[in-house]
Amino acid sequence: MHPAFSVIFLTILIGAGQGLFLALYLSELLASSGGLNMPDGRLYVAGGVLSVALLAAGLAASFFHLGHPERAWRTATCWRTSWLSREVIALPAAMACTAAWTIAHAVGWDLSILGIDSMRPLDLSLVIGAAGIVVTFALFLCTGMIYACIKFVAEWATPLTVLNFTLLGSASGFTLATALSSWLEGEAMTTILGAWAMALTFTGALTRFASLLRNDRLKPRSSLQSAIGIRHSKIVQRAQGATAGSFNTREFFHHAAPRIYRSMRLVFMVLTFVAPLALLIPGVMLSSTALFAAACVLQLAGLVAERWYFFAQANHPQNLYYQYVS
Amino acid sequence: MTQLALVIDLNVCVGCHACVTSCKEWNTSGVAGYLSDDNPYDADPTGTFFNRVQTFEVGEFPDTETVHFPKSCLHCEDPPCVPVCPTGASYKRPEDGIVLVDYDKCIGCKYCSWACPYGARELDEHQKVMKKCTLCVDRIYDESIPAAERRPACVNACPTSARLFGDIHDPESEVSRAIREQGGYPLMPEWGTRPANHYLPRRRTNITVHEDELVRADNPLKKERDDEHEPVRGHTLDDVTTW
Ligand code: SF4
Ligand code: SF4
Repeated sequence: MHPAFSVIFLTILIGAGQGLFLALYLSELLASSGGLNMPDGRLYVAGGVLSVALLAAGLAASFFHLGHPERAWRTATCWRTSWLSREVIALPAAMACTAAWTIAHAVGWDLSILGIDSMRPLDLSLVIGAAGIVVTFALFLCTGMIYACIKFVAEWATPLTVLNFTLLGSASGFTLATALSSWLEGEAMTTILGAWAMALTFTGALTRFASLLRNDRLKPRSSLQSAIGIRHSKIVQRAQGATAGSFNTREFFHHAAPRIYRSMRLVFMVLTFVAPLALLIPGVMLSSTALFAAACVLQLAGLVAERWYFFAQANHPQNLYYQYVS
Repeated sequence: MTQLALVIDLNVCVGCHACVTSCKEWNTSGVAGYLSDDNPYDADPTGTFFNRVQTFEVGEFPDTETVHFPKSCLHCEDPPCVPVCPTGASYKRPEDGIVLVDYDKCIGCKYCSWACPYGARELDEHQKVMKKCTLCVDRIYDESIPAAERRPACVNACPTSARLFGDIHDPESEVSRAIREQGGYPLMPEWGTRPANHYLPRRRTNITVHEDELVRADNPLKKERDDEHEPVRGHTLDDVTTW
């Protein structure tokens, strides 16, 4: 498939935004259960704003994918059947929850504004955040299922797709949260977030590698024989019905040189997983904000390559009909 | 229930592209607006087509056969392209089974094209909406057109009658009979999309010609005589049937 940068940035930005919110909420849970000192709120407000900004930037990127962005509101109508429609609902919902959570922190409200006195700090944001967590995971599910539900694209049609979107998004968000916390917060919080970032990056490396292994072993279900219904072992296309390109040759091929395509796999494995781990480990030991920030930047850059490869590797059965221009 | 469809006879198609041009002509002139065409007479021409004729070579030289293969939306009975559409722009008409795109609702997200294994949908690069064969829905019900011509433009244009059009749910229709009696088959049956359009396979046509049918022994000009070989003796088929 053709890797469209609008979709690449959409999935990476919202993934990081979601992961960042997960990290913030987790640290809030730990703090409120007494496992950590309560942060002074700057981390949550700054992190929450950044998370909403990432989600909004992803949403903005997605508009560049549409031929008619002014009609985008219509995409919310078919949530009964379409994962794309469900994503379009889940994304603003996640933004709303994250924004409400951030506001609760910024203003310092608790449940007493609703007349409930739980005697616990942060109780309102914990409640809003719990809803946010549900929506955030729903959004990961929708994003992954958009691809995993296309059964024709065998490289995508696996639960690993949903798992990878979730883990890679979370990993990048936790790395970001680690950098933020190292900048704004104490060492204890940073160490915990850093450990989570490493664990998620490592698990993400395993599941992404598993999907690469799986995809290398795929046998296409369709063949030229079934595509045109002629049972002969030797069929070659001589003309595809267009003198030059068409939508079908532009949308479903990556058009990159084979060398670049092949090297992209190594590039993204190193940038997304190896380099961030190699920076996070000394980062935690030295509590160095610069190392965390570098890990974050490299991981996001690696994800661009990862997402590019995710699309480029997908081989659509329609390509059987578009192999030869004459 | 009605399911309109095309049945395309690969044994008859000569790859003349008359269906392609008539389709383009009809559909670029319709109320739904033009079908884009960029650089039509220049390098890298490209445009939107509902129907394309592709050519395949089957076998190994010199024992090859050329198969011309017209391809358009197959109006699947279980169309995977429809449920994925987030806007409801893609739909299948219950009354006649035609799969259509509402160009006023489509946002051009291309998701439906990913969900069609046949590559039957093409995004119009200028109108930025998804386009595909409509089975000439704006023609087949138009009572201002003579009844015999109320068929898709491609069917009318085909000089060899390789394209049949009708209701495949009516067992007595021309298309159902063709599918039944001539081994009509769907494309990529492995995906369970149940395409409504069917294709009729290539058929072996044998004709037995005997040597004595090739030479007229009684040709007064001896034009056909092969001097290097023994002349054919006796009556030929022509001789005995000439009376
Ligand atoms: S051929 Fe493709 S576009 Fe047409 S109905 Fe089937 S899946 Fe949809
Ligand atoms: S391109 Fe148009 S018809 Fe296709 S899925 Fe998107 S909105 Fe629906």
